[in-house]
Amino acid sequence: MIEARLYLLQRGSALLLGPLVLIHLGLILYAIGDGLSAAEILERTRGSLAWALFYGVFVLAAAVHAPIGLRNLAREWLSWRGASLDLATFVFGLILLALGLRAVWAVVGGGA
Amino acid sequence: MIRGSRRHPGFLAAMAHRLSGLLLALFLPAHFLVLGLAIESEAALEGAIRWTDQPLVKIGEWGLVVLLTLHLCLGLRVLALEFLPWRDSRKALIGIGVAASLLVGVLFIFNLG
Repeated sequence: MIEARLYLLQRGSALLLGPLVLIHLGLILYAIGDGLSAAEILERTRGSLAWALFYGVFVLAAAVHAPIGLRNLAREWLSWRGASLDLATFVFGLILLALGLRAVWAVVGGGA
Repeated sequence: MIRGSRRHPGFLAAMAHRLSGLLLALFLPAHFLVLGLAIESEAALEGAIRWTDQPLVKIGEWGLVVLLTLHLCLGLRVLALEFLPWRDSRKALIGIGVAASLLVGVLFIFNLG
């Protein structure tokens, strides 16, 4: 049952990530056009609700998608199974979520 | 038979999808930590960005962008194989058209801001 749910979460988050990654790639290509700098990044993101929402959803989807993908690799390549793998998957997801939301806060609202 | 199947484009696509996903997942925490430096100060983030000016790091960044694009495209392949009807592909094209329209709509809104 848990496998079916994780499969749906993996595919659902993938559908969400598709357009987000496309926009992220476009922004990367645009931003490096005239050289990347902290000032340029923060000027775009500071106080922007749109970017906060965009990257907030991005982080959430990635924090669901990546750990499930790694779990699949661990099961098939390392034959790692059971509660320890589920716990490791969950902890990695939490770490990604915490670090990711912290990063969003850093560029949208935080800092001096 | 197994050796032969490993040279099949489908096998190579699946392997590339997995390896790119693995590397991207390992990169994510570092990416988030670097962006988090902006909490400390703009100068701290700027220092990390200037560190990435080194040629070897630039090559690494280029690799990550290529891996992300590859993972996206191979992921779309998986979704198409699993969810799109095999026969009535015209409906799929309509879906792609609607998705592309929504995407352009989102980009337009961001440009307004």
